Amino acid sequence: MAMLHTVNKSPFEKRSLDGALSHAVNGAAILMIEDGIYGALKGTAVSSKIEKALETLKVYVLGPDLKARGMTEDQVVDGVKVVDYAGFVDLVTEYDKVQAWL
Amino acid sequence: MKLSILVNEGPYQHQAADSALQFVKAALEKGHEIFRVFFYHDGVNNGTRFAIPPQDDRNITVEWSKLAESHKLDLVVCIAAAQRRGILDENEAKRQGKSGDNIAPGFRISGLGQLIEAGIQAERLVVFGD
Repeated sequence: MAMLHTVNKSPFEKRSLDGALSHAVNGAAILMIEDGIYGALKGTAVSSKIEKALETLKVYVLGPDLKARGMTEDQVVDGVKVVDYAGFVDLVTEYDKVQAWL
Repeated sequence: MKLSILVNEGPYQHQAADSALQFVKAALEKGHEIFRVFFYHDGVNNGTRFAIPPQDDRNITVEWSKLAESHKLDLVVCIAAAQRRGILDENEAKRQGKSGDNIAPGFRISGLGQLIEAGIQAERLVVFGD
């Protein structure tokens, strides 16, 4: 029963990413969208949380939302996969349930 | 796969309405079925045809209406949330003694039972909000 957790807030503004990470169990996935994409960036105060999460979880970030904020794929923590909206749809169908952390 | 969508945020508020719209488009392109899109809380503001965004900006409500027409989408606005925010269809306007209605084409006003049904009937319920 693997779950997809979506996070749409910046971890520097709200605690949605922490909420998702503390509830996600082995095999679950995190998808960062909208302002949530700031959580996926390298060299920030939360990068280490994502690096640790990658040991047990799959972590994704929505490419169009990265681009909309002037970020590029090479600024993303290694191991985080960039997906487009079609990839977002695929994740929703691959995982049994979807939980939005708003 | 059969999917339902819940939109809890109005257009131009942050990004949830845009995200939901893009997600629905991508899902339809992949051949998935959208059982229903339910608009709740400030999300009901997606359903007024009286909003006039600048001409060089996207018109989110018109995009929903177009999608509803081309893909026979069921766009449902929560009645209690709609009444609080002044979103009315012809029947509700008459019932409440208001001079006109403003619901956009392709949207309909109904109750929360429609959200529960959307959750039961679809294999996934994807939530967009603020």
